[in-house]
Amino acid sequence: MTDRLRTSRRVALGLLLSLTAALAQAVPLLIGVITRADDDRLEPKRVELAYLGQPGGPLRSGIDVAIGESQFELDAAKLQVKVEAVEATSADDAKAQAARLEKAGAAALVTDLPTAWTQAAAAATKLPLLNAGNADNLLREQGCRANLFHTLPSERMFSDALAQTLTARKWSRVLLLTGPEPEDIARSAVVQASIKRYGLKLVAQRPFKMSADPRERDLANPLLLTGNTDYDAVWVVDTDGEFARALPYRTALPRPVVGNGGLMAEAWAPRFERFGAPQLAKRFQKAQQRPMTGIDWAAWQAAKAIIQAALTAPPAKLMQTMNGADFTLDGFKGSRLSFRPWDRQLRQPLLMTDGQGVISLAPVDGILHPKNVLDTLGADAPEKLCKAAS
Amino acid sequence: MIDNIPLRRRYAGCVLLIAFGLALAATAHAKDSGKVFVSSEKDNALTVIDAKTMVVTGVIKTCKRPRHMKLIEGNTKLMVACGDSNKADIIDVASGKSVARIAFGDDPEVFDLSLDGKTAYLSAEDEGALTIVDVATGKSLKSVPVGKEPEGVLTSPDGKRVYVTSEVANMIHVVDPVAGTVIKNIAVGKRPRRMILAADGAELWVTNELGSSVSIVSTKDLNVIETIKFEIKGMRADDISPVGIALAPDGKTAFVGLGRANHVAWVDVASRKVTNTVLVGKRAWYVALTRDGSRMFVANGLSDDVTVVDVAAVKALKSIPVGRVPYGVVIDD
Repeated sequence: MTDRLRTSRRVALGLLLSLTAALAQAVPLLIGVITRADDDRLEPKRVELAYLGQPGGPLRSGIDVAIGESQFELDAAKLQVKVEAVEATSADDAKAQAARLEKAGAAALVTDLPTAWTQAAAAATKLPLLNAGNADNLLREQGCRANLFHTLPSERMFSDALAQTLTARKWSRVLLLTGPEPEDIARSAVVQASIKRYGLKLVAQRPFKMSADPRERDLANPLLLTGNTDYDAVWVVDTDGEFARALPYRTALPRPVVGNGGLMAEAWAPRFERFGAPQLAKRFQKAQQRPMTGIDWAAWQAAKAIIQAALTAPPAKLMQTMNGADFTLDGFKGSRLSFRPWDRQLRQPLLMTDGQGVISLAPVDGILHPKNVLDTLGADAPEKLCKAAS
Repeated sequence: MIDNIPLRRRYAGCVLLIAFGLALAATAHAKDSGKVFVSSEKDNALTVIDAKTMVVTGVIKTCKRPRHMKLIEGNTKLMVACGDSNKADIIDVASGKSVARIAFGDDPEVFDLSLDGKTAYLSAEDEGALTIVDVATGKSLKSVPVGKEPEGVLTSPDGKRVYVTSEVANMIHVVDPVAGTVIKNIAVGKRPRRMILAADGAELWVTNELGSSVSIVSTKDLNVIETIKFEIKGMRADDISPVGIALAPDGKTAFVGLGRANHVAWVDVASRKVTNTVLVGKRAWYVALTRDGSRMFVANGLSDDVTVVDVAAVKALKSIPVGRVPYGVVIDD
């Protein structure tokens, strides 16, 4: 009798255990993804042009690759990742979507949205929101928020990286060509600040314009734009990409082109050969049938950050975990990456690429910083540009 | 032996016998040839260095992207895993010539062998699997799924376990090679790379490249019992990226290549304390010791050279330029 009792107890205990196990198996981790509806950048004809620094496909791609490669750890921890991807049509809609995803149980959000939309979405939720597609400095400076993280480098990080590279090469006299769009003007201001920060000399700055008006044709003539002055490099600012792509080898003087044509700073380049990068590039290519771009890398890294935080702490503590001093990420770029506590920008090396291979890395050798040399790229702590403390 | 050859020729007068004599001579020379082989990932070649004179004596062409190497068949042959050829090249140590190439899974990086040498266990980097290969035929016998980007592979002394690190899953997988299953996953530091057995096999030491540490696993209980953190004066914590690890012949000291911190650290196995460090080349990541433990050869991945270190004097003697992106070092002494 006692034996039978013991047995039935054991059976009951076994049942209970297997029930708990079943429950434990079902721990979900929901990642919300918000992108813009009718994204011009993703029109097939645009994507075919494959301008560096611009998206090569949906944001979801990088997130899916991150989940795929983490499956072994996720299974071991009995975490089941789900993704809910939605599109927003306006800043208000982005706000509503963020709030709705939070209600639906999302643990974190990953976005690629215009600046105002990103701010609206971040303001609508207490969840950590990881920006993987917007490089605007404003989101890291006066528009920063305690729950707003960035895996994509900022505009300033890109231009600091290039300025460092020019400094290392001693190509210090720069001719700056700037496009006509408001985004070009804004980026050009950031570039000029980097030029100044690294002691480069701005020889001249000239506007270019691809125009339908034949009277403005000279404004797109590379020989005229690069003639009549001497310089070590031409820095072209072109958020569209068409003019910059065709500028190298067409300058009046035989000088390199950098910026949005020629040599560019990128978060990722598909043919990077070091630090395990080829494996990540191959995984992405195999799963998505296209090369991994900088924004894909940022989306992948955002999902990896969420997964890594969820593997170490309960979902409610994700943000605290990601803000932790010992929270470091492996970005396949050879350094330990982490979120800067002052603006929650992911510190990371940048890849200098001509679109074919990776020529060098930034920070360049010889650049020094009192704490972490990666913080020579972008806004540093003492500048106190972000007032929202974590 | 060389003196013997004319003698043989005079008395035997038989071509076959001469060939046999030459072969004998070759085999005898293969033992303790004093050659140091350095695989170079970008050159499809091995650089050969004379261990005593520390001078480059030759370059051996091999299959594509050679990485991990191991001496086999009583140190007469060198087995080289080539990631881009999916092959292992078998090189005759004495002649420096390739004698066979076998199929070797898919993108092999690091491998180890079964105790009888008949089976190879290799990390298939692209697949996220430990591939078990029959050395004689090159046939893949089994593929055991592990975390992504498996790297270090080590067979236990009794041959019953194979330890595999996964750089992405941040784990050591303990694999039963006969059943082809994972017995246990042990979470270690970030980006675990290479392993050694220390304390007479009671401890498994693994370097964590991005964890800046070495995790020590009890091979009895299969859990992490200690973590050694490294600090180098004048070097940033983030630059300390341990990869290569080797054990002194007396088992008392472990040598750890600290990657971008450009140093090798001496770790006292018993106390876990770092006792010495030496500055070597850029991204010091593979460490090999001579049999007597007097000299250490360190492959520097970013400066394309090998630094020779006098272990007793704790001093770098010389840096020798080798092929592009040196990966591994094997010493036949």
